[in-house]
Amino acid sequence: MNIVVLLKQVPDTETKIRIGGDGKTIDTSDIKWIMNPYDEYAVEAALRLQESAGAKVTILSMGPERVVESIRTALAMGADQGVLVNDPGTEGSDALGKAKVLAAVLKNLEFDLVCCGHRAVDDDENQVGIMVAELLGIPHLGLAISVELGDGKIRIVRPIEGARVTLEGTLPALVTFGGAHAVWNPRYASLPGIMKAKKKPLETKTIADLGLSPDEVGMQAAKVKITAMELPAERQAGRVLEGETSDKAKELVRLLHEEAKVI
Amino acid sequence: MAEGVCVITEFREGSFRRISFEIASEGRRLADELGEPLVALALGESIGDLATDLGNYGVEKVYVLDAPSLKDYRAETYVPVAAEILSNLDPKVILIAASVDGKDFSARLAARLGAGLATDCTQLKVEGGSLKAKRPMYAGKAFAWYEWSDGSWPQMASCRPNVMDCLAPDTSKKAEVEKAKVEVAEGNQTQVVNIEKDAGGKLDLTEADIIVSGGRGMKGPENFAMLEELAKLIGAAVGASRSAVDSGWRPHADQVGQTGKVVTPNLYIACGISGAIQHLAGMSSSKYIVAVNKDPEAPIFSKVDYGVVEDLFKFLPVFIEEVKTLKSTC
Ligand SMILES: Cc1cc2nc3c(=O)[nH]c(=O)nc-3n(C[C@H](O)[C@H](O)[C@H](O)COP(=O)(O)OP(=O)(O)OC[C@H]3O[C@@H](n4cnc5c(N)ncnc54)[C@H](O)[C@@H]3O)c2cc1C
Ligand SMILES: Cc1cc2nc3c(=O)[nH]c(=O)nc-3n(C[C@H](O)[C@H](O)[C@H](O)COP(=O)(O)OP(=O)(O)OC[C@H]3O[C@@H](n4cnc5c(N)ncnc54)[C@H](O)[C@@H]3O)c2cc1C
Repeated sequence: MNIVVLLKQVPDTETKIRIGGDGKTIDTSDIKWIMNPYDEYAVEAALRLQESAGAKVTILSMGPERVVESIRTALAMGADQGVLVNDPGTEGSDALGKAKVLAAVLKNLEFDLVCCGHRAVDDDENQVGIMVAELLGIPHLGLAISVELGDGKIRIVRPIEGARVTLEGTLPALVTFGGAHAVWNPRYASLPGIMKAKKKPLETKTIADLGLSPDEVGMQAAKVKITAMELPAERQAGRVLEGETSDKAKELVRLLHEEAKVI
Repeated sequence: MAEGVCVITEFREGSFRRISFEIASEGRRLADELGEPLVALALGESIGDLATDLGNYGVEKVYVLDAPSLKDYRAETYVPVAAEILSNLDPKVILIAASVDGKDFSARLAARLGAGLATDCTQLKVEGGSLKAKRPMYAGKAFAWYEWSDGSWPQMASCRPNVMDCLAPDTSKKAEVEKAKVEVAEGNQTQVVNIEKDAGGKLDLTEADIIVSGGRGMKGPENFAMLEELAKLIGAAVGASRSAVDSGWRPHADQVGQTGKVVTPNLYIACGISGAIQHLAGMSSSKYIVAVNKDPEAPIFSKVDYGVVEDLFKFLPVFIEEVKTLKSTC
């Protein structure tokens, strides 16, 4: 059983976002980079299957050299090997471009299951994993909060609006992970884990290695482009209610009913 | 030549979900700006005459695909037929819901059609005959404007629920219905094994107009009964901070924030929540924000419209009584 986890490195969730000088990207100076939290859940789920089903877990990521650190973190958690696609030709690629690159790597790997986050908490696009499934022609089971393997099938539970759906798919399949930290409780890398990770294989590829060219997956191929970024309007400092508890309660009801008209 | 706007509706259990009317209304606006027609695509089981009602929101024609294998959304049954119809229709703009199923559907369709997709948009406009879309990133810490490359049709956008204004339905207008003639696959890759409904038809956070949320300051799971009571009175859903979820007090689906639900209700009431950056990211776009917190220095107060510096155990019961009084008089 072979599992590949797609992993993206994103700015730490503590980051206060500032717009860069070009007005269309964020200022990345002083940013601390972390593994996308939902990808961390995907790594955790893959490692549980590694333990229960004897699976081999490969981490696949696309990005610059700094991403090696996040791949090593996943290897220290227990993954077996890593692949990084690091190529300036992917700069400016949109979600479909990225998905094409990742799908091209997957086509040359043996896999039964692809695990990834349902979204990256930076661009929040919710596209890459699903597009990879489409390009590979395999089922996508989305937003998993549990996974189970058996009989060449995979079964997940996913929350939808107002209900929980149990969904079963044939292998090979791609599962995107949802839920919250409390659902997956991803393990920490142990000290021996960190030592071992240094010796685990990590291969770097260019898009030429994958038989792709920048005009298929890079900026020229992008169907969408970001032309401007802006920060949300600062909220005006609100009103702090004064008086006795009962005065405040009365006043809040009045404000919500008469001024805001929301209750 | 690409022409017109096509909205992809969401039909579940005998009716169109509200988001369908939101995107139909938004589609109408864009179609008028383009001076082009608005059509819809409806997939599901037993849609019957309901499709004509999309006319109430300005849809001129609906292509209906009605089949038992389309009962629940499954990519393998939905995507091939939708892609086939859309290829023939060749619309300039495709709008779809950024709902749970819509997210899967839209990304799959975009990959199959080779279309550019902007997900979870909160604002759309037409400029020079082309779409421009505004969408949040970093869970709302920033916004980006997306444009499509020259001549790359269709331009696909998914719309965040609860954001686009719904037109007042004009019941005198009916849409023309055409049963689409394509072969629907049975699908053998995925199977819905079970659907378990949340108790009491619980409102989903992303679709709620009002959210009452509790954090570590609630001190324990039992105290959320207060928030449930308040929520019931004002028609709200109950949310939580990650601390409350991590402590096992609330289900994970209730978590609001950068790694939970990103919400935009009309009113968000935060009780015993400090306002960590990850939490604020998920709820700062709410129209009105109220916080109840005993610490006047809590960062949440920098985001509120109305702040209450109080012990919540003292304040909430009194507030709930006042709300009851209001509700009994109007
Ligand atoms: C015009 C434009 C230019 C851009 N230029 C760049 C650029 O130069 N460099 C850049 O890095 N980004 C760039 N981006 C952003 C990039 O295209 C987005 O990351 C992409 O659209 C996917 O969105 P997302 O990151 O929100 O991923 P989502 O679709 O939300 O991610 C879902 C999941 O897919 C997997 N995944 C996503 N990305 C990767 C990855 N890189 N490696 C492995 N797995 C992954 C992860 O498992 C993740 O959880 C650009 C975007 C646009 C629109
Ligand atoms: C990668 C990552 C992702 C994260 N994602 C999220 C996310 O999606 N959502 C999220 O919420 N957090 C997230 N967090 C966690 C976040 O950093 C905070 O830890 C969390 O939001 C704090 O929750 P809280 O406000 O309930 O608790 P606390 O910060 O402990 O605040 C409790 C508040 O209650 C007040 N209080 C206590 N008693 C009373 C009383 N009797 N009456 C009134 N007020 C009282 C206190 O004054 C305090 O302000 C994330 C963290 C990380 C590292």
